[in-house]
Amino acid sequence: MRPLWSGTITFGLVSVPVNMYPANQSDRAPLRMLSPDGVPLSRRYYSQESGRDLDDDQMIRGYEIEKGKYVIVTDEELEKLAPEKSRDIDLRRFVDEQTIPPIYFERGYYLTPGGGTEKAYRLLAKIMEDRKRLGIGTFVMRGKEYLVAIAAENGILRAQTLRFADEIRTAADIALPEKKKAVKAAVTKFEKLIAKHSRKELSAKELHDQQTERLLKLVKSKQTRGKDIVETEEPTKGDDDNVIDIMEVLKKSMSARR
Amino acid sequence: MAARAIWKGKLKLGSTVVPVSLFSGVVDKTVHFHILEERTETRVKQHMVNPENNEEVPNDEIQRGYEVEPGTFVILKKAELEKLEPKSSRDIKITRFVSPEHISSQWYDRPYYLGPDGDAKAYFALAEALAHQEKEGIVRWVMRGKEYVGALRSEGDYLMLITLRHAEEVVSAQNLPAPGGRSLDKKEVSMAGQLVELLEGEFDPNQFKDEYRDRVLEFIEQKAKGKRPRLHVVKSKRGTSSLDKVLSRSIASLKKQKEKAAA
Repeated sequence: MRPLWSGTITFGLVSVPVNMYPANQSDRAPLRMLSPDGVPLSRRYYSQESGRDLDDDQMIRGYEIEKGKYVIVTDEELEKLAPEKSRDIDLRRFVDEQTIPPIYFERGYYLTPGGGTEKAYRLLAKIMEDRKRLGIGTFVMRGKEYLVAIAAENGILRAQTLRFADEIRTAADIALPEKKKAVKAAVTKFEKLIAKHSRKELSAKELHDQQTERLLKLVKSKQTRGKDIVETEEPTKGDDDNVIDIMEVLKKSMSARR
Repeated sequence: MAARAIWKGKLKLGSTVVPVSLFSGVVDKTVHFHILEERTETRVKQHMVNPENNEEVPNDEIQRGYEVEPGTFVILKKAELEKLEPKSSRDIKITRFVSPEHISSQWYDRPYYLGPDGDAKAYFALAEALAHQEKEGIVRWVMRGKEYVGALRSEGDYLMLITLRHAEEVVSAQNLPAPGGRSLDKKEVSMAGQLVELLEGEFDPNQFKDEYRDRVLEFIEQKAKGKRPRLHVVKSKRGTSSLDKVLSRSIASLKKQKEKAAA
């Protein structure tokens, strides 16, 4: 698996080359679409006019300025719109994690040391862990700018993309009704309930995905019974990568450099 | 203009019920492009094709399968998949409360504001109680055929619900080997510490703007007017000095900046 992004984190004038991998697997049990006789299908783009399937080089990207009218934008243009400096993650601020409101957090990535020495990587990880700080910066990746918080845990760097301030709504934006003075007795009743149901920690079990679990159980039971199983003649390579074990990729890329 | 609720539910804690409406907490500001056919500059369509004969397979003939081994699929029938769907319900069940520091930022996914739906008194009392106790509730609910886990928290005077990723969706750093090597140079560790300290401050989201998005939109606007804005990549230099030299130069330049700002 190739990294999603390879680039440089900078703090002060120090450069830390890194590779970026996803830390989230959004669909643990992706279902493939198959033909009635069990052939894995491919998603294809086709022309509205001729009805024919299109190859990649027959398609372009357009921004709709009015109905049916587009401004064409090429990959090259999008790339040139990003100054080279904006492609590095320059950590301009180091902040206490608890001061970032949870509404900002978007997605997680792991960073492994990229080319050259990993000294700067280990140094940055150690300092951030010791001082309990996250580094904040922005960078442009594949035609989009991201706000990121770089965090260190167990000597490993990870990036959490954050939403930009203008992507977040306030209660006033939604026009939630004005606060009604709460009755003291009602607040106290809730406080007691909260105290009664409070726990010292949150175990991963609480976040267990029961829905996928049920699906996998059904798959397993059908597999043991040999029911509704199809085998493709030659393992076809679908257009979407099959289930990738992110953990294995990360382990490999970390230990390759030991 | 008041926003529209995307869903309505009932927060349940023991025998206490607080009816709420859900509103999205975010606005999508991504610059969205459409894929066009180059020849006609019209939107393309998508369909599913059998790659063996390049024939389209209509929706009602498509089967779903889970790949148990490369090339081997267990077919799941429509009725079976429907049976696996959770029972629809309006309940948002609060299972427990924890201190916010026990919820890793890696779990947070999509934020929603909750507004009172009817009885506002209980709503504001719960928000106040959560704020006082500095706790977040862990909740489970079913919305549009999908099971969610979420964190219920107070946000100002209001309640907010942030969906949490399932445990299985997050790769934990605990199970990863950290890059090793010779122990770090003490002098470099101390200098790097000084450098980070100089850059420490509050998290101020307004300090960071999506400048690239503005640049792309500006470029599109120019092009729409028939102009051809010239583009060229701005190159930046990168030094190749040793780590301790770079560290001491960084510290010196940051200190100078701070002195200037203070003067």
